[in-house]
Amino acid sequence: MALPTLLNTRSPLAGAAAQRATLASLPLARTFESAAAAAGYDPLTTTSVSILQMNVGKRCNQACHHCHVDAGPDRTEVMPADVVDACLRFLEASDIPTLDITGGAPELHPSFRDIVRRARAAGRHVIDRCNLTITRLPAYSDLPEFLAEQEVEVIASLPSFTSRQTDAQRGEGVFDDSIAALQHFNTLGYGVEGSGLLLNLVTNPVGAFLPGSQASLEADWKRELKRRHGITFNRLYTITNMPISRFLQFLLDSGNLQAYMDRLVAAFNPAAVEGLMCRYTLSVGWDGRLYDCDFNQMIDLGTAAEAPQTIFEATPESLAARRITIGPHCFGCTAGAGSSCGGATT
Amino acid sequence: MSERSHMETYYHPKDLGKFADMGKEAPELWKKFLEWYNAVFQEGALTEREKALIALGVAHAVQCPYCIDAYSTACLEKGSTPEQMTEAVHVAAAIRGGASLVHGVQMRNQIDKLSM
Repeated sequence: MALPTLLNTRSPLAGAAAQRATLASLPLARTFESAAAAAGYDPLTTTSVSILQMNVGKRCNQACHHCHVDAGPDRTEVMPADVVDACLRFLEASDIPTLDITGGAPELHPSFRDIVRRARAAGRHVIDRCNLTITRLPAYSDLPEFLAEQEVEVIASLPSFTSRQTDAQRGEGVFDDSIAALQHFNTLGYGVEGSGLLLNLVTNPVGAFLPGSQASLEADWKRELKRRHGITFNRLYTITNMPISRFLQFLLDSGNLQAYMDRLVAAFNPAAVEGLMCRYTLSVGWDGRLYDCDFNQMIDLGTAAEAPQTIFEATPESLAARRITIGPHCFGCTAGAGSSCGGATT
Repeated sequence: MSERSHMETYYHPKDLGKFADMGKEAPELWKKFLEWYNAVFQEGALTEREKALIALGVAHAVQCPYCIDAYSTACLEKGSTPEQMTEAVHVAAAIRGGASLVHGVQMRNQIDKLSM
C-alpha cells in the first residue's frame, strides 16, 4: 500500500515556494554561498556537462517517506513527446557521454524503452534509476531482460539489508519484492563480476542522520546480502537525505528540522565541493525546464537567469561554465564525505 | 532562573554542545584528551562502526545521557541497524547484571565466615 503524497494530502509543503520559505526561515550558522566561497568557489560554477539527467515524470508505484520528488501513484506529471525528443536531440548533438533517466519510476513513462534504445543507438551510456519493485509488476516483469539487452546500468534503491528499515522508509512489503528483483537481476548477470552489467545500490539513511562511510558500508552490505539472500552487486552509493519535499515534512513532523540542518552545516566539507554533481550534470524536468540538479528541480530553482531555461533553447556551449543556483539545501551534498546521485564525492 | 527550574534536572541536552568549555581552565589537558579520544575512534583493528557500538554499550553501562545520544546517532551514521544497537545495549546490561550477581560470591563467603 503506497503512502499518500504531499500533493494528495494537500500539505502546504507540496508547493516548492513553501519549502523554500521553510528552509529560508531557519537560523543557520552560515549560508551555503559563504561556505562555498570560503572553499574557493565564488561563485560556484559548472564545468562541462557530462551527464544529462532526464526526470521523465513523477508517477511511481511507490511513495517513500523520504522522496524528494513527492512521487507516487497519484501523480500525473509525465514528460510529453516533444520534450523527450528535444532531450534526445540535445544528447545526440552533443558529446555528453551519459544519459541518466530518473523519475518517479522512470520505467512507467510510455516511451521509456524508446528513450533507452535511441540513446544506446547514439552510443551513450544509459543509467536507469530503478526502484526494483517495478519489475515485480506483471506489465514490467520483462524489464530486467530489456535493460540487460541494452546494457543499461541499473542504480537501484535499497536503504537497508534488513526488511524493517527498508519497509519503514519505502512501504510495507517493499523489501521482499526488492530482494526478489535483485535476485532476478543477478540471474541475468547484473552485479556479477566480469559480466559488464552494472548493478549499483543506493542507500539513504532511514531517518534524520547522515550516511556512514560508503566504503565501510559497501563491505557490510556485500557480506550481508550475499549471506542472507545470495545477492551480489557492484557498488553501494550512500546518499544524504535532502531537506526538501517529503523528507522535509518528516523533519518538521518529528521536530528534527533545525538539528538536522545544523548537522549538515557543521559537517560542511570543503573538499566535497569540487565533485558536486551540479557541476557536471544538466537536469531536465518533465516539462522541459532546466535545472542544475534534481533537487533544485523539485524546489523549482531553475538554471541561472543568464543560462538557457528550457531544453528547447539549450546547447552544450551555452550551458558550460554557468553559475549554479544554490540554497540552504545544498549543504546536504557537502556534508561529511559529500553526496551525489553517484554516492560520496570525496 | 528560579530555584525550582534549577531543580528540574541535572542534565540538559544543550550542555553537550558546551563540552569544549572543559578546555577553558585546562587547555593542554583538553588538547591531549581530544587527540587521544579522536585517535581511539579511528579505524584500526576494529572498524569505526564496531567502535561506535562498543561506545554505545559503555554509554549505557556508565549511564551517560550525553553519550547515549551521541553514540546512538554515531551508530546509525556508521551504518548499524537498530537490532545491532539493541544487542549492544543488552551486552552492557548483561555485564552489569552479571557484575552484580558475581558479587554474590563475596556475600556467600561472608555468610560462610559468620555462620555456624
